Amino acid sequence: MRDFLQILLVGIGDGAVYAMLGLGLVVIYRSTGLLNFAQGEMAMFSTFIVWTMWSLGLPMWLAILGGMAGGFCVGALVHQVAVRPVGDPHEKPLAVVIVTIGLFLGLNGAAQLIWGTLDRSMPPLFGRGQVTVFGVAVAWQKIGAVIVLGVMVLLFYLLFQHTKLGLAMRAVASNSESASLVGIPVPRLLMLGWGLAAAVGTVAGVFIAPNLGLGTNLMQLTLIFGFAAITLGGFDSLVGAVVGGFVVGALSSVMPRYITIFEKMPLAPAFILILAVLLFRPEGLFGKKQVTRV
Amino acid sequence: MSSAGDGVSSAGDGVSSAGDGVSSAGDGVSSAGHLLEVKTLGAGYGIVEVLFGVDLVVDPGEVVVVLGANGAGKTTTLRAISGMIAATGQVKFLGESVLGRRPDQLAKRGIAHVPQGRGTVTALTVEENLRIGAYVRSDDQIESDIQQWFEAFPRLGERKDQLAGSMSGGEQQMLAIARALMSRPKLLLLDEPSLGLAPLVTHEVFDRLREISASTGTAVLLVEQNANLALEFAARAYVLEAGRIVLSGNSADLQGDAAIQKAYLGV
Repeated sequence: MRDFLQILLVGIGDGAVYAMLGLGLVVIYRSTGLLNFAQGEMAMFSTFIVWTMWSLGLPMWLAILGGMAGGFCVGALVHQVAVRPVGDPHEKPLAVVIVTIGLFLGLNGAAQLIWGTLDRSMPPLFGRGQVTVFGVAVAWQKIGAVIVLGVMVLLFYLLFQHTKLGLAMRAVASNSESASLVGIPVPRLLMLGWGLAAAVGTVAGVFIAPNLGLGTNLMQLTLIFGFAAITLGGFDSLVGAVVGGFVVGALSSVMPRYITIFEKMPLAPAFILILAVLLFRPEGLFGKKQVTRV
Repeated sequence: MSSAGDGVSSAGDGVSSAGDGVSSAGDGVSSAGHLLEVKTLGAGYGIVEVLFGVDLVVDPGEVVVVLGANGAGKTTTLRAISGMIAATGQVKFLGESVLGRRPDQLAKRGIAHVPQGRGTVTALTVEENLRIGAYVRSDDQIESDIQQWFEAFPRLGERKDQLAGSMSGGEQQMLAIARALMSRPKLLLLDEPSLGLAPLVTHEVFDRLREISASTGTAVLLVEQNANLALEFAARAYVLEAGRIVLSGNSADLQGDAAIQKAYLGV
């Protein structure tokens, strides 16, 4: 039992990070109506910015803020240069999704050019210590991830549900034509959505990098867990991303331990989950079922 | 066409050109008095030209309708005026040339456009739709305006927390109009509000519109296929045919002229 709890808690700690990446995906989805396959690579890129600032001698918290600001600029620039010229995501969703896949490759290549192909190491934000709860050891780093995740969700909830800016972002995502007719500067808000999503990704990267080592492939597996998380939770739901992240983290941690076939296939539980959700509840646990009368 | 002298002018009869007919448009008065002044407006989609020089004016507080068959260019006219598509010619709003401005810039200047097919933001709730309508405002009366709409249309109030997309066609049309008026515009552009609505609902929509326009002094430029209904609602009318204004005049005169009714309005 203690063994199970231990594995479960490790999984939930991992899940907090999947949830952070999922948050970035939800933010882009809610502000632009688009699934962004480059989300992981934007996070990797800005995590490298954090590493660069930190290795230049800045304190970690300042480096993270700098990385988030840098990530914001990368996200905004990516939108202006690569996404906006392609056209309205509502009119050509496929074209824009393909662009995000191109961005995936482009950002990865750019990071390799700038930072090389060697893995860098980054210290865990909350140290390497752990605390024992009911006989189960939990790393402070994982507890910290859960707390930071909670703060992020709260901030985004306040932004989307309780500010004029957040309402405008949601309007743009749902109907950009009507949004523009009520006076919302649509291109500027889309740019903001991309910037915010990239900034959120930075935080996810900072939590993952100490475990996996900071390389250009940092986010490639994690992104799949992130997609599994928001598929389960619902593409437009912040809470869904969190719950989905925890469930995906727990499943991916527990199942290989007890079902031998998953030992060799650590991604399989996530894929099975995506398939099952799409089959039985396509809108996810917390997603809004869109009802539209024509 | 014998009607040229009695308040109706036709572009083809050589008496007077469209846009400066014997109407409330105020010829002789300086053109600065017009709220909206459109001259030789041309627009299209890609290589397909739809408008070939549309001229029209709307004065402050005035209700004007553009009539025409399917494909005449009614929707394109509105989309060109509100900046949704590129256009040529001249569009003056409040005396300032606004051609080439984006829709959100025009919304700030006081043009609200309800596009065809209702144009509610379906993923927002009813109340959020009204709130987003006030995006260009920053005064402290937004909340009380929202409450007024709930009182005016109890159906909206009952469903304020429901997603707009789940409402019936008539309710969505009312919501789209209410949302547009939440910006307190000087000019409301309305694209076929009767489309897809039952006749009874259409009448209700127009009755409400008349009250609102009269009480707030908002000018309305409406495009409609339903000629009889629109002529009852509007004081003045233009008839659009194949991208050109072919006729203009007071609604009453247009309604009373059998020849015009037969030739242009298909009644």
